Amino acid sequence: MTTRTGRRSVQGGIGESTIRPDGVPKLRGEFMYAQDMHVEGMLWGATTRSPHPHARIVSIDVGPALAIGGVHAVLTHDDIPGPGLFGLEHPDQPVLAGDVVRYWGEPVAIVAAEDEDTARRAAEAVVVEYEELEPLVDAEEADARDEVFRRMKIRRGDQEARGSVVVEGYYEVGMQDQAPLGTEAGLAVPDGNGGVDLYATSQFVHVDQQQVVEALGLRPEQVRAHPVGIGGAFGAREDVNLHIHLCLLALYTGRPVKMVYHRGESFTGHVHRHPARMWYRHEADENGRLVRVEAKILVDGGAYASTTAAVLANACYFAVGPYKCDSVAVDGVGARTNNPPCGAMRGFGAVQVCFAYESQMDRLASALGMDPLELRRRNALATGDRLATTGQVIDTPLPVVEVIDSLAAMPLLVDEPGSGGDLPGGSGLTTEPRHVRRGVGYALSIKNLGFSEGFDDYAQARVRLSPEGAIVETAAIEVGQGLVNVLAQIARTTLGVSRAEVRHVDTSRIDSAGSTSASRQTQLSGGATHEAARRLRQRILEHYRADDLDDEGVWRGDTLVAAWDDLVRDGWEETVTFRHPPTEPPDENGQGKMHADFAVAGHRAVVDVDPELGLVRVLRVDTAQDVGKALNPESIRGQIEGGILQGVGLAVMEELVLDRGRIRNATFTDYLLPTILDAPDVEAILIEQEGSWGPFGAKGVGEPPTISSTPAVVAAIRDATGKELNRVPVRPQDIALEEEVAR
Amino acid sequence: MKISLTINGREVSADVEPRTLLVHFLREDQGLTGTHIGCETSYCGACTVLVDGKTVKSCTMFAVQADGASITTVEGLADNGQLHPVQEGFWERHGLQCGYCTPGMIMSAVGLLQEKQSPSEDEIRHAIEGNLCRCTGYHNIVRAIEYAAAKMRGEEPPPPDWEEEEVSV
Repeated sequence: MTTRTGRRSVQGGIGESTIRPDGVPKLRGEFMYAQDMHVEGMLWGATTRSPHPHARIVSIDVGPALAIGGVHAVLTHDDIPGPGLFGLEHPDQPVLAGDVVRYWGEPVAIVAAEDEDTARRAAEAVVVEYEELEPLVDAEEADARDEVFRRMKIRRGDQEARGSVVVEGYYEVGMQDQAPLGTEAGLAVPDGNGGVDLYATSQFVHVDQQQVVEALGLRPEQVRAHPVGIGGAFGAREDVNLHIHLCLLALYTGRPVKMVYHRGESFTGHVHRHPARMWYRHEADENGRLVRVEAKILVDGGAYASTTAAVLANACYFAVGPYKCDSVAVDGVGARTNNPPCGAMRGFGAVQVCFAYESQMDRLASALGMDPLELRRRNALATGDRLATTGQVIDTPLPVVEVIDSLAAMPLLVDEPGSGGDLPGGSGLTTEPRHVRRGVGYALSIKNLGFSEGFDDYAQARVRLSPEGAIVETAAIEVGQGLVNVLAQIARTTLGVSRAEVRHVDTSRIDSAGSTSASRQTQLSGGATHEAARRLRQRILEHYRADDLDDEGVWRGDTLVAAWDDLVRDGWEETVTFRHPPTEPPDENGQGKMHADFAVAGHRAVVDVDPELGLVRVLRVDTAQDVGKALNPESIRGQIEGGILQGVGLAVMEELVLDRGRIRNATFTDYLLPTILDAPDVEAILIEQEGSWGPFGAKGVGEPPTISSTPAVVAAIRDATGKELNRVPVRPQDIALEEEVAR
Repeated sequence: MKISLTINGREVSADVEPRTLLVHFLREDQGLTGTHIGCETSYCGACTVLVDGKTVKSCTMFAVQADGASITTVEGLADNGQLHPVQEGFWERHGLQCGYCTPGMIMSAVGLLQEKQSPSEDEIRHAIEGNLCRCTGYHNIVRAIEYAAAKMRGEEPPPPDWEEEEVSV
């Protein structure tokens, strides 16, 4: 066929809810997760961990472990051929503890053996003599002793400004776990020349590779990190855990080594959401306009730095929320303790403060006798305004008012309290319908998109042509969010072809895509894909002096001047490194342009509560979310529904309980995750506004659903019960035993 | 101990240690890694399979207890490459993200639909209350099972419920 009637619209392009291409292997049980990898001759690894949160290591005897048949290696700190330290922001964490262990579960020795059981038995057989030390487990005490990773000071505007209506509050957020359903797993394969190929659960393979190289004193070209299938992430896979251990064991034994954490080990093996304590003071005029906000924010970073500095910064930058205020003072502390290390989890610091500032906004509304949504509308931040904390002028769309109006306009869609369906407490049948009280609560949130504070945040992607269509090559990690959909959609629309797919390549074959975190891959890797596809199309059209490209080839008018196969043979490809608008570090008052873009969201929760028993059933969480441009509406809805449920989890059930530094509930029996019977109904409104720098104006969508869903649920419980509830998760005893407050 | 059983229609004989859990036997001895392990404490349901037609969390059962039984895992659902209606439903209705819980979810759904042709939404929810999903918020999983139920009854599945919800401001 060499003639045609006109350009067809591309199937599977942006704006469509295309079905995920990795669905079929996942549905057939054929998708290769890190847990499923197997190579001939591989050994199994296991880890010896500290039973103490703080102790001096007096001696380590690996003899009993080595004496077990089938054990090939037992390695300690002394066997590491390099500096032996790692860390996402500061390399302060030992690959294996040397003189001192600083948290419960810290790795002390690693083992490689013929099979998993033998490896675990050997790990238990390592004899470590400890001299216990007093653990520092209180973040306030750490602050007082100046054991901190970072202090933040934000001062903006007239520090003497005072309002006529004042509310003060103290708030706490417990330690949440990402609890991805697949635990940490990986395989390291020595290349026979002193190098190693690593296949391990990750959100950011290039930074894994870099940390392996630096910790073990290798050359960069000796280590290749490969993207592999992972069972969820939510921040838990941004830091390395078993990665360096696997490489060390593989290089030492000369054999491939596999390791899979059990669930209990996973709870100690990855970082958690920072627990926070927050002191707030809001002052407003009699019309409800914020005059001044003061906050002190204390997050517990645990024993090692991880991303505490950035989480704390985020908490401080978003301490006022999506509201205007010209007099702000925020002080932040990221404490160093002997608690489990904390780092990235969906929402990254914005979650903790959102619970506090939205609780404050409700208290302020109550003090003013004003509708909570009206108070928020009066203070809503908009494009062109300055962020209350940093003074940054917001130059991308920020539909705060639209979020509020959309939420207010959504019908409530619920029946009478206690009628039909499940009651609070579920199948326990302990609640009587007549005791059930209904509550409704609202909350809004704001968060940065992409990395901030001057970080050189970029993503590389390559678009090339193959017999199967266009191929997008990337090292960006698919965590389940649908990156494999959205990059292909962007390539289809931009190139004008209907066949496109994403292929993951290792760190030696492409530059970094950055982390799959901070809601950033649609904008960053999507931006790189968009620009690569745009340039590739333009170069092909120019080369052939043609005017269109489609699945058949290049067209000049109605004439096919080069067939697709010819283009493939000529090896057309384009590689682009995409950067978002530059940001800068804060000045001494925490002022500056620290963020590249923002997203806002709002949630309305409806709950039924049995106040006597403290039982809560979350019936609905409806939402309006700022998405820029919805590239795949159904994927966005998936992020919204899943993200809301994690926010509900933090609101009413999810918390790692610590006892002097030890996690007491490191199992799925005791760390409660929301089941389908805990899942509220969700109606979602996607708010599209053009103007962001993301591809086609898209914004990141992964984190906002989790941020304000938590305070919305708590506001609804307060509405139902009249209790103060200054802490999440809200436990049954908090509702049943706390005194009712005058409101 | 010697055991004989049927796995996905295939006769299998094996010599297993008495302590071997069914899930480990399936994954490691039989190479059927579609059955996942999420918690080891029989809470998450990622390891759900059918044993003689009943849904079982395969981490709660020893391989020797399956002697003489007929096991169906997720790998055994598709018929000559044709996806089972439940698999099709999960794909068509975006019932998965990371996919790690998916095989267990699918097997629980298959177990439900073998017993009930037209389950209510409430019955669907209760049927998969023992399967944790950390990604989806479960809504699309319910839609996926409704899709499959309709298909298996020979009816047209209900349309996807997402198109009308977007607004542009």
